[in-house]
Amino acid sequence: MTDPAGATIRVEALTKTFPGARSPAVDTVDLDVAAGEFMTLLGPSGSGKTTTLNMIAGFEDVTSGRILLDDTDIARLPAHRRNLGMVFQSYALFPHMTAAQNVAFPLRQRKVGRAEIARRVAEALELVHLGEHADRLPSQLSGGQQQRVALARAVVFSPRALLLDEPLGALDKKLRESLQLEISRLHSELGITFVFVTHDQEEALALSDRVAVFRDGHIEQVGTPSELYETPASRFVATFLGDSNVFSGTVRGGLLDTGSTLLRCDGPDGPGCLVVRPERLRIGAGHDDGTNTLSATVTDVVYQGAFRRILVRFDDGTTGLVRDAGDAAPAATGERVEVSWKASAGVVVSEGGSVVGRDSVVPA
Amino acid sequence: MTRRTTLRRVLVGIGVLVGLWLVVPTLVVVPISFSGEDSFAFPPRSWGVDHYATFFTESSWLTSLLVSLQLAVIVTVVATLLGTLAALALDRTSFRGRGALDGLFMAPLIVPGIVVAVALYAAFLGWGLIGTPTGFVLAHTVLALPFVVVNVGAALRNVDPVLGRAAAGLGASGWATFRQVTFPIIRPGVLAGALFAFVTSFDEVVVSLFVQSPQLQTLPVRMFTSVTNEVDPTIAAASTVVLVVSTALLALVALTRRSAP
Repeated sequence: MTDPAGATIRVEALTKTFPGARSPAVDTVDLDVAAGEFMTLLGPSGSGKTTTLNMIAGFEDVTSGRILLDDTDIARLPAHRRNLGMVFQSYALFPHMTAAQNVAFPLRQRKVGRAEIARRVAEALELVHLGEHADRLPSQLSGGQQQRVALARAVVFSPRALLLDEPLGALDKKLRESLQLEISRLHSELGITFVFVTHDQEEALALSDRVAVFRDGHIEQVGTPSELYETPASRFVATFLGDSNVFSGTVRGGLLDTGSTLLRCDGPDGPGCLVVRPERLRIGAGHDDGTNTLSATVTDVVYQGAFRRILVRFDDGTTGLVRDAGDAAPAATGERVEVSWKASAGVVVSEGGSVVGRDSVVPA
Repeated sequence: MTRRTTLRRVLVGIGVLVGLWLVVPTLVVVPISFSGEDSFAFPPRSWGVDHYATFFTESSWLTSLLVSLQLAVIVTVVATLLGTLAALALDRTSFRGRGALDGLFMAPLIVPGIVVAVALYAAFLGWGLIGTPTGFVLAHTVLALPFVVVNVGAALRNVDPVLGRAAAGLGASGWATFRQVTFPIIRPGVLAGALFAFVTSFDEVVVSLFVQSPQLQTLPVRMFTSVTNEVDPTIAAASTVVLVVSTALLALVALTRRSAP
């Protein structure tokens, strides 16, 4: 491997408007990816994350904006001269070539010598533990094996960044988890920059150094997984990443008025949403001043092994979710209960975009 | 259970009968070609290979066979090249009127042969192409082109468009992608199109009758004039040769299809 360090990728005011579309698919997006960072672009389908990745890769023309790879603008460079590794959801292996020939492909384009190709192909296949399958055709490999060949092919020419477009999307849950580990290991072994697109928030939280949450063509929030989870910048981020209980209303003097009750919270005055994660709620009344307590009716209890998901309906008619680490006295469906949480466990966010509550959130 | 097996037997019987009906009249020429008599009598009263001897020695037959083979080879090359390029263009573009263009390429298959023949005759007469090799190549290419476009087009539809992106992402230029990725995948389709083009040209009679001159005749034209002007059982040998060549090539198409990935 020539240069162990990854490249920096900086996206500046990147915009893509498809012909005939009323609004841009990607709207003045700014994003900084540090050298060697694992950056995930997360969002629902149609949020612009894949279009952004395709523009970085060179598969889509840029309407306006810049894409800087180590301070060189590559936005107008054809895809085959960008020297970035790319992994696709559908593997995109060449069906008429063996695993080894697939991995050799990028080296052949770069006119690498035969002996060198053989050595590096073997090395790359070994890296993904597929050395013994070198002579198989893609049709003779399982989905997980095919994607590992695709990974080997994408890194064999030592690109300084690897772009991954929902690489685990076509795999079943078990394979997905093992390949997640594989990708994570590859990232730390190679030390190159990864830009990873997914709509799966668990995947994003598990793999990434940082996550950029996309919505309607713009980035809603960029932050580490824990920043996004603990201090979401908006209701969208809070509900997209993990489960949330959301109470909307108006904050006045450290109290959120939902219309039917007052909840203690930490946020500036004005309209806002109080977000509380389900594992921060517990069944039973709070005992001190720093807690909120609501009465509710249990509507469903779902046993999930390590924990229980308890669905409740608060007295004002809104629903909530409690994640309960299986204590001795489980709540039963239909039972009247008290639900409580520490006020400090809640985050106040705005209904729309910007942060209202804490200031530790990285602005988008 | 038994009703079902009876039904199956009846269906198999009908299938065999239809198959025989399609094939047997054609195959009658094979025993006649090995007849020792100088007539079309069937079944032949004696056997021999005299008709083949005549076919492969008499210059009018031999020349027309060579004309047909050369013509078919040239038409195969021209039609395969043009047809593959057309199919690639059709596959890569999606503009308004794309369907109409598709239809245009199919036109020679749909328009009655005699109409194409008359039209080409009228046009070629003005251009002085009647009775020329160029005229034959142009006319047969028109007829062969749809087979290439259809076969290559079908092969291209099986090429995952993401492969092109993958190749580009791995550093392959457009031409390198075509040479190393697209073409190897569509090769069976190109081959099938080429074989169909060859057979189309080799078998063609209607258009050729209009384009021919007494000096330049293809084998089917020579056979046609033979059967209308004289009673010469050599035509049975000629028919068998055409039958064997065409069947062998179409069998080859079937084989390439089967071996395709």
